[in-house]
Amino acid sequence: MIFDIIIYVFLGIGVFFNVLAGVGLLRFPDVYTRLHAGTKCTTFGSIFIIGSVILIGFKNWWSGDLNGSVLVIHSAFALIAILLTNPVSAHAIARAAHKSGVMPAQAVIDELQDKPTEKSTRKKTSSKTAFSKKEGEQ
Amino acid sequence: MLAFIITTLLCFVIYLLFTTGSGTEVLGLWSWIEIAFGALLSIVVGIAARKIFVKDSFRMLNPVRWFTFLVYMIGPFFIALTKANLDVAYRVITGKIKPGIVKISPGLKTDFGITLLANSITLTPGTLSVDIDENTNDLYIHWINVDEKALEKKPVDCKYICGNFPKWVRRIAE
Repeated sequence: MIFDIIIYVFLGIGVFFNVLAGVGLLRFPDVYTRLHAGTKCTTFGSIFIIGSVILIGFKNWWSGDLNGSVLVIHSAFALIAILLTNPVSAHAIARAAHKSGVMPAQAVIDELQDKPTEKSTRKKTSSKTAFSKKEGEQ
Repeated sequence: MLAFIITTLLCFVIYLLFTTGSGTEVLGLWSWIEIAFGALLSIVVGIAARKIFVKDSFRMLNPVRWFTFLVYMIGPFFIALTKANLDVAYRVITGKIKPGIVKISPGLKTDFGITLLANSITLTPGTLSVDIDENTNDLYIHWINVDEKALEKKPVDCKYICGNFPKWVRRIAE
């Protein structure tokens, strides 16, 4: 009985944060702030939803059903996959947005604009290494 | 050879985890056929992927590092994740934001360490890693609520953005 209550509380917390992520997507002004809502809230909500699934699996396993172990382990792997891929994909989207010229709205400061472009640094390093090799040969 | 053994063992363990409940012959969870087939598959994967999986050194074999990683995930990381969500919830409801992109230099050297730190930063209060300088391992962070005090010193001090995460990451990965 107490077990069921814990499961329902976990589900409630998870759904609340996932709904909040949706509201954040609608309310925030630009790509970067929307990514804030889209990564953090969905990860946290998913942790609790998957946590409740894991608890259900343990309950079945305890009562002698072997399929409970499948539920526990597979949902734990799903949780690990979400924890790994969610920040990485957010980073990829943010980087692509900044490279294609989307500036952060209402920004106080933007130090990324001062970053030397990748092409110029690559050329510099390659020419330096080539130069030092030549020197070494001589 | 050691790289091959590590890859095969890890692959075999993951295969076993995915196939629990397939039978009742071994420890009440697996059948012999699944174990034999898992061993065969993981040897093939171990031969194919040993040079990709183990790149430069064997320092991640140390169990102390795994234990530190677990403590980090359950302790400081989960607390920061909770704070981050309450913070974002507050900003979603009130709409008070002051965004900006700042640069920090945590001074980490390995690829694994910088990946771990960037992922932690993305999942913790009000910050999102946007870009990385691959020569110096500096991170560019999008900050949803810029603190004026932090902007006085360039590059911005790590403690405003990610607390003592670099110390933990250094303990785990370097």
